Amino acid sequence: MHSKTHDKTPVFHISRRTGLPWQKALGIRFAGIVLALVVCGFITMAATGLNPISVYGTMIEGNFGTSRRIWMLLQNMSILLCISLALAPAFRMSFWNLGGDGQALMGALGAASCMILVGDRVPGGVLILLMVLASIACGMLWALIPAFFKANFGTNETLFTLMMNYVATQLVAYFIIRWEVPKGSGKIGIINQSSKAGWFPMIGGNKYLLNVLIVAVVTILVYVYMRYSKQGYELSVVGESEPTARYVGIKINHVVIRTMLLSGALCGVAGLLLVGGTDHTLTTTIIGGRGFTGVMVAWLARFNPIVMVATTFLLVFLQGGSSEITTIFGLNQSFGDIITGIILFFILGCDFFLNYKITRSKTGKEAA
Amino acid sequence: MLGFLIRFIPRAVGQGIPLMYGSVGETLTEKSGHLNLGTAGIMYVGGICGVIGAFLYETGRKTLNPFLGIAIPLVCCLVGSLLMGLLYCFLTVSLRANQNVTGLAMTTFGIGFGNFFGGSLIKLSHADLPSIALSKTSALFAAKLPFAGSLGWVGKIFFSYSFLAYAAILIALGVSYVLNHTRTGLNLRAVGESPATADAAGINVTRYKYTATCIGAMISGLGGLYYVFDYASGVWSNNAFGDRGWLAIALVIFTIWQPVHSIWASIAFGGLYILHMFIPAGTNLAIKEIYQMAPFLATILMLILTSINNKRENQPPASLGLSYFREDR
Repeated sequence: MHSKTHDKTPVFHISRRTGLPWQKALGIRFAGIVLALVVCGFITMAATGLNPISVYGTMIEGNFGTSRRIWMLLQNMSILLCISLALAPAFRMSFWNLGGDGQALMGALGAASCMILVGDRVPGGVLILLMVLASIACGMLWALIPAFFKANFGTNETLFTLMMNYVATQLVAYFIIRWEVPKGSGKIGIINQSSKAGWFPMIGGNKYLLNVLIVAVVTILVYVYMRYSKQGYELSVVGESEPTARYVGIKINHVVIRTMLLSGALCGVAGLLLVGGTDHTLTTTIIGGRGFTGVMVAWLARFNPIVMVATTFLLVFLQGGSSEITTIFGLNQSFGDIITGIILFFILGCDFFLNYKITRSKTGKEAA
Repeated sequence: MLGFLIRFIPRAVGQGIPLMYGSVGETLTEKSGHLNLGTAGIMYVGGICGVIGAFLYETGRKTLNPFLGIAIPLVCCLVGSLLMGLLYCFLTVSLRANQNVTGLAMTTFGIGFGNFFGGSLIKLSHADLPSIALSKTSALFAAKLPFAGSLGWVGKIFFSYSFLAYAAILIALGVSYVLNHTRTGLNLRAVGESPATADAAGINVTRYKYTATCIGAMISGLGGLYYVFDYASGVWSNNAFGDRGWLAIALVIFTIWQPVHSIWASIAFGGLYILHMFIPAGTNLAIKEIYQMAPFLATILMLILTSINNKRENQPPASLGLSYFREDR
């Protein structure tokens, strides 16, 4: 800038955008993701010496290379999506449920406890029914506790739900030692390996298909619930403005508790699918931080269940792909977290360009 | 009883100091109206950057220059946490991204960053154990006051700590003084309470938010450095730092945004963290897992009690968690 008289005038002017056409919004998001992928490609290149194109080649190979890998991708997607779907209604209500990990872990504990305690005493169908009920009840309980205090006393739910994760982890650690097989190993191992009691039936010999189908149905149900039901409408009103909700006669306490019960129940289902459907064991790390990743999946999709399928795919693809790269190049497994973090930074940053536009100031002489 | 206290208190303090750094840093950040859930990640980054600096300096040297041995990890830690703070500020202050989600993304990134470089250094050092031991640097960091040994139990309870522990207390006092007794602190609190009003009064909101958050991030990062080089005796193993970052954030609410209270509260929580090691459980290993819930249950209890005992002067900064855009006024 040559003009010294206009020292105080900023070169750029930021203003709010309104009514951005959806094609343009999609374009901005797409550009953000592409930019992020390019940056991650270069970082991976620095770490491995691969050129960026073969980085993504390896990532695609790692996710789609064999039919087993594709099924693993679908399985990981369905569990992450299930937890994200659970969290979305709570976030829409402006309730920061960071306790997805704990709620899902409690669901897993509920399912595993049925398999271990009554597995050989009741018929298979009854056992699976018990597992469903137990895991949903455990997940709901873990969500109800913070919701109750939030609704009645306004207790900070962000940290409350977060702390419940660690309480759940310790509780599961306690039961793992109580039920460990063999004694002193500190592990439960595969539950009911010989009798297969409580294992979900395979559809056409495939152990992942049932989970995928269940989560597909849940996705549609949550979409309909949030979009077309009265309860879904009520929770968005509470999320947008509590005074408005109070004014139109919505009982905020009820909505908070009801929505969190739903959130906990769906997290419990995710735990159930892991224990009953695929893993058939219980560990303290079985959820693998999906409660946190789910927050980001739901946020990036703006709580739209259908878009969440795409954001889930993006994150699971990156995790699977970077895991392949770390295995081939003997890198540390945490490489995937770095990549995920960078992608998220870009997507968060590109939100700015959806809500604001930057124009060059007209007041500066040269800038016009 | 005294024997128990002499064993218990120094360990509780050792656990409490990282929490103190984390909560004081987070308090400063929150006073500017920004809830930084990335503190857990920043503390990892602070720790690993210190480790990287120390590793590069210590490897291949027989003796360390005491000044460089402390300065290099310290500067690396501060720079690493500063960069994380800048990243957070850029996303939430300049680009007005959602603070909670940005914080979680920073935590994912920071823990991944720590474990990735930690894991890579472990590989480089060809150790048998999955950890890096930087004992020489740690000896410098953990140097205790020379007269501590000659003072009996008083020395053990009050004077047996390293300089970073006393620095934590001084920083807590200093931040408290700045917040409550200076013009800068008043302006910062104004920014956190109502940025629009502060802006109208001629306070540069963006500058205050950036400065408070970045200094807060550097203070938090020191918690990671203290943990590695003093508490863990210079041994970095992946995920060892654990969930302390979240406890530090929770402590901010407990201390009702007053860093002075963080001094005793952090040590009390440090005590809860190690309580399970001091409760005799005999052969019942399972019950120990239940005792380890103590700090988390105490945090939950404290969240509930502070929300029930809802006083006007104990509220968070009014604009906490909200982005500020001048033209929205």
